[in-house]
Amino acid sequence: MASESDSGAAFSPRNFLASRTRWHALEIVFWLSTLLPFVLVPDYLQLASQIAIAALFAISLDLILGFAGIVSIGHAAYFGLGAYTAGIVSKYGVSEPVVLLVLAAIVSGTLGYATSFIISRFRHLALIMITLGICLMLYEAANLTSWLTGGADGLQGIKIGPLLGTFKFDLYGKTAYAYALVVLFLCFLVCRRLIHSPFGLTLRGIRENPVRMPAIGAPSDAHIRKIYTIAAVIAGMAGAVLAQTTSTVSLEVLGFQRSADVLVMLILGGAGKLYGGILGSIVYLVARDQFSGINPQYWYFWIGLMMVLVVMYLPNGLLGGLEKLTRRWRAKS
Amino acid sequence: MAGILFDGFAYGMLLFLLSVGLSVTLGMMNFINLSHASFGMLGGYVTVTLMQQLGWPFLATLPAAFVISALVGMVMERFMFRRMYRATDLDQTLLTIGVVFMSIAGAAYIWGTVQQPVVMPDYLSGSFLVGGVNIARYRLFLIVVALVITLLMIGGLEWTRFGAQIRAAVDNQRMARGLGLDVDRTFSLTFSLGSGLAGLGGALAIAMVGLDPGFAFAYLIYVLIVVSVGGLASIWGSFVAASLLGICDMAGKYYVPQLGSFLIYLMMVGILMWRPAGLFGKR
Repeated sequence: MASESDSGAAFSPRNFLASRTRWHALEIVFWLSTLLPFVLVPDYLQLASQIAIAALFAISLDLILGFAGIVSIGHAAYFGLGAYTAGIVSKYGVSEPVVLLVLAAIVSGTLGYATSFIISRFRHLALIMITLGICLMLYEAANLTSWLTGGADGLQGIKIGPLLGTFKFDLYGKTAYAYALVVLFLCFLVCRRLIHSPFGLTLRGIRENPVRMPAIGAPSDAHIRKIYTIAAVIAGMAGAVLAQTTSTVSLEVLGFQRSADVLVMLILGGAGKLYGGILGSIVYLVARDQFSGINPQYWYFWIGLMMVLVVMYLPNGLLGGLEKLTRRWRAKS
Repeated sequence: MAGILFDGFAYGMLLFLLSVGLSVTLGMMNFINLSHASFGMLGGYVTVTLMQQLGWPFLATLPAAFVISALVGMVMERFMFRRMYRATDLDQTLLTIGVVFMSIAGAAYIWGTVQQPVVMPDYLSGSFLVGGVNIARYRLFLIVVALVITLLMIGGLEWTRFGAQIRAAVDNQRMARGLGLDVDRTFSLTFSLGSGLAGLGGALAIAMVGLDPGFAFAYLIYVLIVVSVGGLASIWGSFVAASLLGICDMAGKYYVPQLGSFLIYLMMVGILMWRPAGLFGKR
């Protein structure tokens, strides 16, 4: 990665990692600005919470795709499982969102751990198709067990209690956005710590060459299993937050469309950067909201055009393009 | 039992016709072309439009579907895909998903979101009985077309000059260039061949599966399954995989309807775990 070489002062590995973990002023500005929607666009808080959820999901995909190089077009499997877990358990009297969140994380993580044994053994097209296959199987399973999931009609009777027993989920999405934002931020902190650790560097090594890494004492398979499980946990939490803030779960949470969408958001923003997923989901969802406002039927066209242009002219996503611009600007001044 | 075998095989041949072009573009040229089913959809719309608006006979629309899809494929290859052959898997995936999105919206804009009516000519509709098995004429027609295309493709790739050029350009680009092959032209023709086949497959498929803008996504998954299970770059592999999937799906839906499509997905994951390169894949 080019950006790793430009921190010149890093001589020892410890200093190098420490320099990477330091918070940049822009990052702090960014996280503070996530609070702005409360004041500036209070009518759009529902959209803002959707963005926060999508960003969380995109970060989870970034962990395996951007850092470990596992291309998945079936990541919605864990998202959907989390959503269904939260939704179904809430029907049986557990209504505290935080408890549901933890439960969803555990269930998705378990599936992630179980499937990671398969994932770590394959690469390339076989891997892509297996990830897709797992997601499709889960979709069919949810479709067929309609006594449990409501099948194609969606899950009925979700009851989500007030957050921590005090904050009710209101119509304007104030609580929803605050809750989604907090979950996003906490998960982001964990991921940020993770990718700047020796483990994170190992993952990048695996992405570049999975065969050589074991030779320097880093078992690729074991590391892939770990990060895949972590990614599944986070995806499950994103799904649970969606189920809680919207009080609906339909088959769509497991659909191919959702897996494709999150992939698009991540690449649009720039994979392997953590912030790429967040930026991508903001751009994607705001664009979708605007385009579908202008012309509800054909917004797909503009999203598609945007993707084609990004791939052809901004190979590292929007964030990569921005970095290039700032570097050029700095070189001039 | 024989009826299920026949119907399943016919359904498999439908999947084969839709995906044989992909084993050319994805399999041989190694370009992750998720927009394949969009070309199929284009072929379908060409057929429907020619039949509805201009009153062409069904059989005459098939070559038109092939040619138009091939031309569109050639233009897109020239201006878009050619620049992406060396890009990463991920960029190719994203680019072609973008094309899928645009094609879905474009189709909705031009033809609307409703299901298109497809009326088959008399000689292709109806069915007859052979030894107690109900043979639908159209399905028989599909099987015949699929067999002809399989033979043409395998024969063409193995024994013609153009086939040899494709194989050379795909196997080792630099060497092929060194020998004086116009690799860009070969790739362009190969890509349009793949797109044309997709268009033809789409035109043939719509009578059985219907046509609306969702086609590009709905059948994308099936063609990917066929090509990956069959093994990249193997026409014969796609043929076997498609028949296997068609028959299993039909049998599954008949004997254990409560499992639905679950069986096919399970089979795909199972086969890929057993042979990651597909049944007949070499890599």
